[in-house]
Amino acid sequence: MTALGAWGGALQAVVIVAGSPLLLGLMRQVRARLEGRAGAGVVQPWRDLRKQLRKQAVTPRGTSEMFRVAPVLLVAMTLVVAVIAPFVTTSSVLPAVADLFVVVALLAHGTVVLALAGIDTGTAFGGMGASRETTILALVEPTALVAIFALSVRVGSTNLSAIVGSSLHDPARVLSPASLLAGVALAVVVVAETGRLPVDNPSTHLELTMVHEAMVLEYAGPDLALIELGSAMRLSVYLGLLANLFLPWGIATGAGVLSLLVGVAALVVKVALLGAALAFAEVFLAKVRLFRVPELLAGSFLLSILAVTSAYFLA
Amino acid sequence: MTVVGPGLTAAAAVCAVAVVAALVVPRARRPLVAGTLTVAAGGLGTVAGIAAMLGQPWSARLPGVLPLSGVVLTVDPLSGVFLAVSGAVAAVAALYGIGYSRHGLDGRAVQAVFPVFVLSLLVVPAAGSIATFLAGWELMALTSLLLVIAEHRRRVEVASAGRWYAVMTHLGFVAILIGLLVLAAPAAGDSFAAVRGAATTLSPPAIGLALVLCLVGFGSKAGMVPLHAWLPRAHPEAPSHVSALMSAAMVNMGIYGIVRVGVDLSGGGPRWFWLAVLAAGCLSAVYGILQAVISTDLKRLLAYSTTENMGLVLVGVGAGGLFASIGRPVLAALALTAALLHVICHAAFKTLLFLAAGSVLHATGTRDLDALGGLRTSMPVTTAAFGLGALAASALPPGTAFVSEWVLLQALIHGLPSPGVAASLVLPVAVAAVALTAGLAVATFVKAFGVGFLARPRSDAAAGAAESPPSMLAAMALAGLACVGMATAPSLVLPVLGGVAGRLAGADSPVGGRLGVELVGVSGALSPALLVAALMVATVLVVAVPRLLITRRARRVARLWDCGGGPLSERMEYTATSFAEPLQRVFDDVLQPSQDIDVTHHRESAYLVASVAYRRRVPDRVERRLYDPVLAAAAAWGEAGRRLATGSVHRYLGYGFYTLCGMLTVLVLLR
Repeated sequence: MTALGAWGGALQAVVIVAGSPLLLGLMRQVRARLEGRAGAGVVQPWRDLRKQLRKQAVTPRGTSEMFRVAPVLLVAMTLVVAVIAPFVTTSSVLPAVADLFVVVALLAHGTVVLALAGIDTGTAFGGMGASRETTILALVEPTALVAIFALSVRVGSTNLSAIVGSSLHDPARVLSPASLLAGVALAVVVVAETGRLPVDNPSTHLELTMVHEAMVLEYAGPDLALIELGSAMRLSVYLGLLANLFLPWGIATGAGVLSLLVGVAALVVKVALLGAALAFAEVFLAKVRLFRVPELLAGSFLLSILAVTSAYFLA
Repeated sequence: MTVVGPGLTAAAAVCAVAVVAALVVPRARRPLVAGTLTVAAGGLGTVAGIAAMLGQPWSARLPGVLPLSGVVLTVDPLSGVFLAVSGAVAAVAALYGIGYSRHGLDGRAVQAVFPVFVLSLLVVPAAGSIATFLAGWELMALTSLLLVIAEHRRRVEVASAGRWYAVMTHLGFVAILIGLLVLAAPAAGDSFAAVRGAATTLSPPAIGLALVLCLVGFGSKAGMVPLHAWLPRAHPEAPSHVSALMSAAMVNMGIYGIVRVGVDLSGGGPRWFWLAVLAAGCLSAVYGILQAVISTDLKRLLAYSTTENMGLVLVGVGAGGLFASIGRPVLAALALTAALLHVICHAAFKTLLFLAAGSVLHATGTRDLDALGGLRTSMPVTTAAFGLGALAASALPPGTAFVSEWVLLQALIHGLPSPGVAASLVLPVAVAAVALTAGLAVATFVKAFGVGFLARPRSDAAAGAAESPPSMLAAMALAGLACVGMATAPSLVLPVLGGVAGRLAGADSPVGGRLGVELVGVSGALSPALLVAALMVATVLVVAVPRLLITRRARRVARLWDCGGGPLSERMEYTATSFAEPLQRVFDDVLQPSQDIDVTHHRESAYLVASVAYRRRVPDRVERRLYDPVLAAAAAWGEAGRRLATGSVHRYLGYGFYTLCGMLTVLVLLR
């Protein structure tokens, strides 16, 4: 553990927890403006969270501990990722955990915990959401792992710091076919895992189209606040990973107040730009039918396999 | 002090005492006495295995036990790994059996056969000659067959499962017998040392033939697709502690055979053979988990998951052999380490899962996930055990299988770039297969745990379930402890396993590190204990920080959202079938499910529906395409043969006469 890693880890956690609702607000605002609405403002998600946190906690009858611990576990797992992955600095506070497989699987574990909570309610909505979310997860995991494989082949390691560091040292690698193909595949993974259009519509409440929202339908008050915060953090973490794996510039490599500040600013700008781009794209997209989603994911799986193949043959 | 020899001897003696005890002790005390003795035998086997793993060699010759060849036992570190796993699983399963046997499994036959099965699982890895190995193998097949059909009076399907198992295990035995005989042909004796020394004089086609026959026989025992057909039949129908022993220990013997023959005895094996092993492993992993994800029978799901996990082990073994054949011993050792680690992890979590499934079966009388649910309130310990097992099996951090799959993926990743187009094409496909398996395994175990144990009961049987007796709970606790240990502190066994694999591949141990996993020779590190600590700290923070900021009021219990339509009934819940339906649709082309919908109309009007019957079946496609034609041909052959046998004695005498004349003519012509 280095001083840089420790400071960076603490800073990353603060920036991501504080910033992720703002990212959500920014994306909603971009969307509202493009659709000709005034929008609620960038800070609105934080106001919502404050309101939810002050409410009385509600336990639906017939649910178990699984239902109550799921929001906590979701936020805790995302928080661990926020601390260990290289967002602000290249050196991690726990280098032996900052592995790309660990990070992706931890984020998937958060989804699994929520799916179990959805089943635990015993309602048709909960089961339906859990079933759909798990199906998407089962198809996204392979794409993510193979894309990771493509990125790690050229570095010879799955350690995140090593991958980001290698891109910093050799910028030409970012433009290699393997890297670009893996980038597109990972972008689809991010869209699917965070439940954005065209895979899932985060603002729907219609049972035919709901995936994530159906799963968490029974939550209210502080539990719901944790889930909303956890989902927003997942979005920031995924966008931050995508940004730093392919555009690592600005990330702090040495300890020092200035370089850490530059690292934070670079992260905020990159994630905000990616989020705004995602919101911009969503204005022009409709949600695809649930059973067309696998075709999209199969396409991205193919891209990631192509990335691995080109990583070897064009290396 | 050497403990391997005395340990194994004591284990064998205790097994013999257990058999005698099972035969003479009265029924009321029989499971307790025989079970306790078997637990001791398993424990002794584990101790001997661990000592052998740590590098204590042992060998013995008992000329009088088997006629002609005698029994030769040779224990090296590789045997030690499998001995330790078998012994540990046997001890836990026997402990569980004490409570589980009270329901009709306390007869003399079952209680006496179980210790023999345990003994055979210790003899197979300890065997030092081909005759001893084959004798142990056959003893293992026969005793497990007797245990599979133990409940044949209760369910009709048991008989069919027993027939499938008997036929396939003996066909596998024939393949292994021929393969080992080909391998041993130039050797002076049948001891492994002699065979190893003489194998270099064999021609490549002969070695290839021997290896392929051994792969067929051993692969069938390990549940390798397409030779897996017996496994999802026999494992669910056996009593649950026997299922655990078969799924967590017996299938490993197939892996042991492939490693022993392929890596050790034949001296390496050609590259195409290891590519075949790798391909078979990928196919088994993906096909097994696909069948598991749509399965609604809890024990059948676990049996298919065994096929999947043995597939992953075969991927490791195949990759290890492949790396060794292209001259990369460090990676070969790493891949073999991953395979051995996965064998141990799989043994831990599959024991736990089968024992928990057995408790459910014990309490509710059903294995059908569509009829279960809501067990968390009535069976909290079993629910926790199955939950832990499901986490361990689904390759999510901080789970048990995550560590072994991580090591496996590291070996595959560092394999690129590799010389040769075949390897560089196969490795990415293998990673894709492992990745697909990991994703589907998550869905499988979310379904099994969520639908089976959470939510509300879907039948009266599930609603009236009660927790199992203490001996069963203690066995589950032991298996759970093993899972937690392997998940958080794999470094307890990994360096030893690395040493074993390194010795096989001719390299140093590819893993080190005291706190976590650190790869030696290639870059890579993982610390599961640190990850668990980080998760705990984060959980405490997430619980504490909001409490500090906001004063909370007590939780209120409220109604579930029922859309204003009155209380929800259990008929409205998602079932295992409906949960897996989207995945079944996605993999429609592979699974090819058959569905019938019968709509019965009202007598008065065709517009009114009286009832709708819906049936869905997902037949095993490999079985339908591969086994059904063979079975049909065998049946047709039998039918044709029947025409020759009319019942007339004159005719049979005539057949004898003509055959004799024919034989004499042939002999005359050939001379």
